[in-house]
Amino acid sequence: MARVVVDVMLKPEILDPQGQAVQRALPRLGFPGIADVRQGKRFELELEGPVDEAALARIREAAETFLANTVIEDFTVRVEEQ
Amino acid sequence: MSVRIGVVTFPGSLDDRDAQRAVRLAGAEPVALWHRDQDLHQVDAVVLPGGFSYGDYLRCGAISRFSPVMETIIAQAKVGLPVLGICNGFQILCESHLLPGALTRNDNLHFVCRDQKLRIENTTSAWTNAYVPNAEIVVPLKNGEGGFVADERTLDELEAEGRVVARYLDVNPNGSYRDIAGISNAAGNVVGLMPHPEHAIEPLTGPSTEGLGFFASILKQLVSA
Repeated sequence: MARVVVDVMLKPEILDPQGQAVQRALPRLGFPGIADVRQGKRFELELEGPVDEAALARIREAAETFLANTVIEDFTVRVEEQ
Repeated sequence: MSVRIGVVTFPGSLDDRDAQRAVRLAGAEPVALWHRDQDLHQVDAVVLPGGFSYGDYLRCGAISRFSPVMETIIAQAKVGLPVLGICNGFQILCESHLLPGALTRNDNLHFVCRDQKLRIENTTSAWTNAYVPNAEIVVPLKNGEGGFVADERTLDELEAEGRVVARYLDVNPNGSYRDIAGISNAAGNVVGLMPHPEHAIEPLTGPSTEGLGFFASILKQLVSA
């Protein structure tokens, strides 16, 4: 089985109030020195077949139309070696 | 001949009954539509109600947008079917790309529930033509992910074309860019807003009856058409 990872992040210009709340909490919890936090989503897709270019193209299409809302989010697709 | 207005029920819809009631009080016939049914049963307009369709999984409205009923609604809306999306319905319309922009987590991270003052800035859309220009109304608002965001170009375009249907007054409850509470598509048949006009139709249960105008508008539009 092959694993493909899709990471989805809010675009830099979109406010991330959750990330901000995490960033504000860190120094209070004894983790100083972190200037910024952005929170995103990670999807781990286990493929039934081989990870070839056709499979990756379909996954990019799924990410573009469904996993990410490209109005506000960017995504990356990568194969995870196991 | 009575005007038939469909109200879609998705798994997780909450305000479909209230929307049906608002339709009835305005003088139209509410028609219950089911998310798995592609058939719109000859309705003249559609309301997408509030709630948490499909549990808000992935993103609010992201899964509903691919439901069988939405396939038909998206195709019909593009050729003029009037569609009103309230709260979760607005999120579904943005996910469907029938309306620009997106709804994101409230900037204050709280679920907000309040009686909200709005200004109705567009009185030409299918769903707001019964209001006087710049009418100020109070209707309930209740959301956790109601922050309207879009890029600057889209926001400028919405403003220039008069497509900001409703704007928050006094308080911006969720960090929406430019205090935008609701917008329309270019043709004016598709309108989405986060506040809930269907909860402000009777003095017994609402803060006002000023939400009825949305439903009176579509009736006016369809009867005069």
